[in-house]
Amino acid sequence: MRRALYLLPMLLFLALAGYFTLALTSGRDPSVLPSALIDKPAPTFALAGLDGAPGLDRAALAGQVTLVNFFASWCVPCRVEQPLLLRLARDKAVSLYGIAYKDKPEDTEGYLKELGDPYRRIGLDESGEVGIDFGVYGVPETYVIDKSGRIRLRHVGPLTAEDVEQKILPLLQELGRS
Amino acid sequence: MIVEIGHFALILALFVSLIQSTVPLWGAARGDIALMAAGRGAAIAAFVLVAVAFAALINAYVTSDFSVLNVAENSNSLKPLLYQFTGVWGNHEGSMVLWVSILTLFGAAVAWFGDNLPPALQARVLAVQGMIGTGFLLFILVTSNPFLRVTPAPLDGQGLNPVLQDPGLAFHPPFLYLGYVGFSVAFAFAVAALIEGRVDAAWARWVRPWTLAAWCVLTIGIASGSWWAYYTLGWGGWWFWDPVENASLMPWLAGTALLHSAIVVEKRDTLKSWTILLAILTFSLSLVGTFLVRSGVLTSVHAFAVDPRRGAFILLLLFVAIGGSLLLYAVRAPALRSGGVFAPISRESALVLNNLLLACAAATVVLGTLYPLFLDAVGGPKVSVGFPFFNRTFVPLMVPALIAVAVGPLLAWKRGDLLGALQRLWVAFAAAIVVVLGALYLTHGGPVLAVLGFGLAAWVGIGALVELGDRLRLFRAPLAESWRRARNLPRSAYGMSLAHLGLGVVVVGLSASAFEEERIVSVHPGDTIALAGYTLDFAGVVKLDGPNYTAQQATLTLKRGDRVIEEMHPEQRFFPLQQQTTGKTAIRTNLLSDLYVALGDSDGKGGWTVRAYWKPFVPWIWIGAVIMAFGGAVSLSDRRWRVGVAARTRRQAALPVAAAE
Repeated sequence: MRRALYLLPMLLFLALAGYFTLALTSGRDPSVLPSALIDKPAPTFALAGLDGAPGLDRAALAGQVTLVNFFASWCVPCRVEQPLLLRLARDKAVSLYGIAYKDKPEDTEGYLKELGDPYRRIGLDESGEVGIDFGVYGVPETYVIDKSGRIRLRHVGPLTAEDVEQKILPLLQELGRS
Repeated sequence: MIVEIGHFALILALFVSLIQSTVPLWGAARGDIALMAAGRGAAIAAFVLVAVAFAALINAYVTSDFSVLNVAENSNSLKPLLYQFTGVWGNHEGSMVLWVSILTLFGAAVAWFGDNLPPALQARVLAVQGMIGTGFLLFILVTSNPFLRVTPAPLDGQGLNPVLQDPGLAFHPPFLYLGYVGFSVAFAFAVAALIEGRVDAAWARWVRPWTLAAWCVLTIGIASGSWWAYYTLGWGGWWFWDPVENASLMPWLAGTALLHSAIVVEKRDTLKSWTILLAILTFSLSLVGTFLVRSGVLTSVHAFAVDPRRGAFILLLLFVAIGGSLLLYAVRAPALRSGGVFAPISRESALVLNNLLLACAAATVVLGTLYPLFLDAVGGPKVSVGFPFFNRTFVPLMVPALIAVAVGPLLAWKRGDLLGALQRLWVAFAAAIVVVLGALYLTHGGPVLAVLGFGLAAWVGIGALVELGDRLRLFRAPLAESWRRARNLPRSAYGMSLAHLGLGVVVVGLSASAFEEERIVSVHPGDTIALAGYTLDFAGVVKLDGPNYTAQQATLTLKRGDRVIEEMHPEQRFFPLQQQTTGKTAIRTNLLSDLYVALGDSDGKGGWTVRAYWKPFVPWIWIGAVIMAFGGAVSLSDRRWRVGVAARTRRQAALPVAAAE
């Protein structure tokens, strides 16, 4: 009995180590921030567009699988993912919509002129309220919304080619079939 | 060329460490003096080789040799020289080389100064140190080699994370590592003692100074990290219960417990198996801390090495080192014979209480740090464990510990007199009451817990002085008698009083945070901010160029009434290379309180956000920590002397006996 007591520290350690192994091999990235809105309907919103262009509201997304990208002209990582977004919209025919987060319309316009405009439509979220409804943590953020208007994926930070190949495109395909 | 020499030295060090971890162990088992002595040479050689490697890496950084991948990724020719130098350990690979340098330094020190140790014990200690060294050298060479070249060499490097370009953070990691790795000596002694199956007072006398030294530097390391957070992060927080901070707090708490329980082993020859376990746990927690930070299991700003292969390797190291030592403990510890018995009220019991509370506190921190991780691993929700958890668990454990700190040293060994001790502490108790009432009056009945914290601090601080006065028989004996006692009192006694006094000072600083005042306002040039009886006149913001950044620098004039105290210049620094902005706060301190100003963002129309804080007693947190570490150093200066004396008197005592036989 007394001897068993001396084994206790090691048993506790083994439990801890086992769990470390689990944490390490599970392949989970602890930096992933899941959205509280996953599988829930996207928040309703109605935003004005750039001069002369139609705005963006939830109804415009209905009935199709869409990618909604929050961006801003003042955001450096957004510039990084912009070429990828352009390719996605052009080559893969993805329905990509943009929401300019806390940005002045003229800045947004200049930004898109400079880097190219991949978006079907753009909504201007100058106050950032729609961002709050979506739970945006910081731009860029990208959401996948299915045909019934539910959020299926949230991606925080700039998209990489790997993210697109392994996560976004397979999900879009799967959702498009159903 | 120099880089390749460093690389080879590191590989050679691995083989020398292999010898160090096997040959002396074999020698000790066979009783072969020559084989045991090989450990000493190997330990010193390993240190020299790792030092050569470390020097080669420093050279590559200082000369901006961007053909070395590690330098290209983490340094930049525009960076000030100091940060080119400290950038060596501002990245994963370099910091691991620093880790091993310190480890082998300690190994060499045991070899060098350890000639009064029994040869078999020394050989085994060195062997255990050699095993740790082998593991980490292998780790560096296999997964984190800093000497890899890159062709073609880039023209310039990518620079060091701007957050790390700061004098406070430059010296924070070396101190932390000195502390972490310092506990490896206590660990090696514990494992060696388990192999030998014997723990005695001489063993404790050897372990104590090493633990004390490690504890002192770890105290400084943690304090410097928290000070850095305080003046950098822009809102004056100094502790966040961030996993990486917790990783340094866990070994500190366990090490503090070890420090105290080793006294019991030394003076009373009991609590042996517990002390051994603590020595193993303290270093294990250092290793776990390294694992948490280095493996990417946790995500935090500190974790600059996120590579699963490294994580797997460190995990393997943990299995072998911790699992192995605890297995050895389970097999051998039951056989350790316990010495003296003691009454429930005695110095021993007070130290057991201290150990219980500190161990529980350490366990609390472990739990709070790992729980979110655990929940995430089993697919639970993302949670963050922070102040609410620790305020409810850690603080209640610390309160009785603080109450006991004043009482324990006044109790006698074996059987103490609690009532007598409390009677002698009446001054401390009176001081605590006065402080509580005074604080209630001055703050118009401020937060109760903070006011009680002040009282507790007075109890601890004055209690430490009372204990010292008691030993000197101050005011009870003639002054000449007290003076004579003061000169003869061992330094370790002064060290303890200082450390406990420092603890009281820290508690003042922690409690006072409840009384801070803050103003977060948007100001235009000419505006004035009023704060805690001071005024801050905002003059405006100018653009400045630094060596590798551009800064927006604000000018605020700090006044009390009409008297100008100081011009304060908080900055926002933008590092174009990394596209990152960091803040530089302006702090005016009078050692009793800080006035703290941080510059926020511009609204684009000439207005600036300014965050200004008045923080009473906050400098006392770090002053207290320095006093604690200084107390440890004072005690240490005594130990070294006494280790020698004890050995000499034993030798002299042995002589007449031999003659009589």
